[in-house]
Amino acid sequence: MEIMCHKVASGHAVGPALVTREAISFLGNVNPETGMVIDPAHELFGQSIAGKVLIFPGGKGSTVGSYVIYQLKKRGRAPFAMINLRSEPIVAVGAIISGIPLVDRVPEEVLQIESGILVEVDADQGIVRVLDRSS
Amino acid sequence: MYLSREEEEIYRGDKGETLRRMMEILVALGDIYGAERLVPIRSAQIAGVSYKNIGEAGLEWISDLQGRVVVPSILNPAGMDLCRWMEMGISEEFASRQQATIEAYRKLGVTIDCTCTPYQIYDDLAGQGDHLAWSESSAVSYANSIIGARTNREGGPSALAAALVGKTALYGYHLDENRGPTHSIVVDADLQGSDFGALGFLAGGIVKDGVPQFRLRATPSQDELKALGAAMAASGTVALYYVEDFSHRSVTPKAPSGLEPGQTITLNRKEIEEVYEKYPGSGADIVALGCPHCSREELLAIARLLEGKKVQKELWVCTARKIREKCPDLVATIEASGARVFCDTCMVVSPATEGFRKMMVNSGKALVYLPGLGGVQAGLGSTEECIDAALGRR
Repeated sequence: MEIMCHKVASGHAVGPALVTREAISFLGNVNPETGMVIDPAHELFGQSIAGKVLIFPGGKGSTVGSYVIYQLKKRGRAPFAMINLRSEPIVAVGAIISGIPLVDRVPEEVLQIESGILVEVDADQGIVRVLDRSS
Repeated sequence: MYLSREEEEIYRGDKGETLRRMMEILVALGDIYGAERLVPIRSAQIAGVSYKNIGEAGLEWISDLQGRVVVPSILNPAGMDLCRWMEMGISEEFASRQQATIEAYRKLGVTIDCTCTPYQIYDDLAGQGDHLAWSESSAVSYANSIIGARTNREGGPSALAAALVGKTALYGYHLDENRGPTHSIVVDADLQGSDFGALGFLAGGIVKDGVPQFRLRATPSQDELKALGAAMAASGTVALYYVEDFSHRSVTPKAPSGLEPGQTITLNRKEIEEVYEKYPGSGADIVALGCPHCSREELLAIARLLEGKKVQKELWVCTARKIREKCPDLVATIEASGARVFCDTCMVVSPATEGFRKMMVNSGKALVYLPGLGGVQAGLGSTEECIDAALGRR
């Protein structure tokens, strides 16, 4: 399945989806050293965002979250790519400074993609491809 | 979003990877907010300086950048006085990371003035109608409202991106259509000094991200306007306001014609007093003035109150280094009392507050931020009451 989208940060990546219906505040919700979601109140609590195609409605919280995304990338614990319904400045800036592909303006149905399914994000072409179940 | 040929080249990466990413930031924000194009800026004021806020991640990012800013650019306050950090109780480890952060900005061509009041030390950073990329919320409010310049409240990376490219995306407060007043606030009370912080504390909570138009009994001083805007940018996200007196004479640059506020609110003395009553200064173990950074006039007032006296409690006075350098006599008088005039930093962004229980301030902005950011309780008083507290008189 191919989904049209809008490029926010350029690049191309493939990885297993990690999907949440909740917005993410990178400062506070995510451990910048490990990529684990550490906020017990968050739907993704206890899961790692490292190496995933992280699908979430958008960011929220402190603008320091942009730097947290950069730190995750430097530690090798960042998502491979991110998909938002609508990107806001914290996640957009974080993705750009970190070189993580980020797209938005996708239909809300992307939040129904099952976590673990392989997803390809081609930000430069403006296409998300839902590939297959990963093992 | 429309890009000129030269902007396209930067966006494609023809001018290097740093500029490519900076342009990507500007374009992404322009897309998010519906900008039609970029606009050249006169200056940048860059947040993301205090190591306490940006941490190792932010330092790494700034250090990795290559290039030079192309417009005059200065910094937000740092986490410590860059010279006298030891007196603030700052650890050596923090100091070395903070110094590295400053050095990283210096390499990019940023002028090392760490202040929330750039307009108090430079005349040529902003004028009426100029487009800017400023970050610090009280400076943004002052630039938009008192100077009549145009800036959104930029994040650290977007302000730095604008400084390196020399442009910002044209949206928000850059456009007349977004600069109309949303609320009319009539203040039927005589106000003075810290009352403006209390008023801003209330007004920001009421209008949130709106544009208030105040009617005041008397014309406030520049420092009182500074305090009003700073408090509203903290309790709300107000980035622009207007002030006129009771005879409808404008005190600030005027709103674009044809745009009228939607609702009217009246505040009186009782509501201002309630802010002081709710956040009393009693029981404070430290007093701090200079949020936003003290002007020369404010240093003069503090020096007069302290002359020939000795403080019984820690008293910090925060200002810009260039203001301190311009007023050596005032600084000497203040410091002879045992108080300290710190530069480059403030109580809101420094980890030095952590050792204290309660801080008395004359600032509506500090009152909002100290409990959450500084981990210290806060109480509000006038400048005179704050000095009295420091002298052990209350």
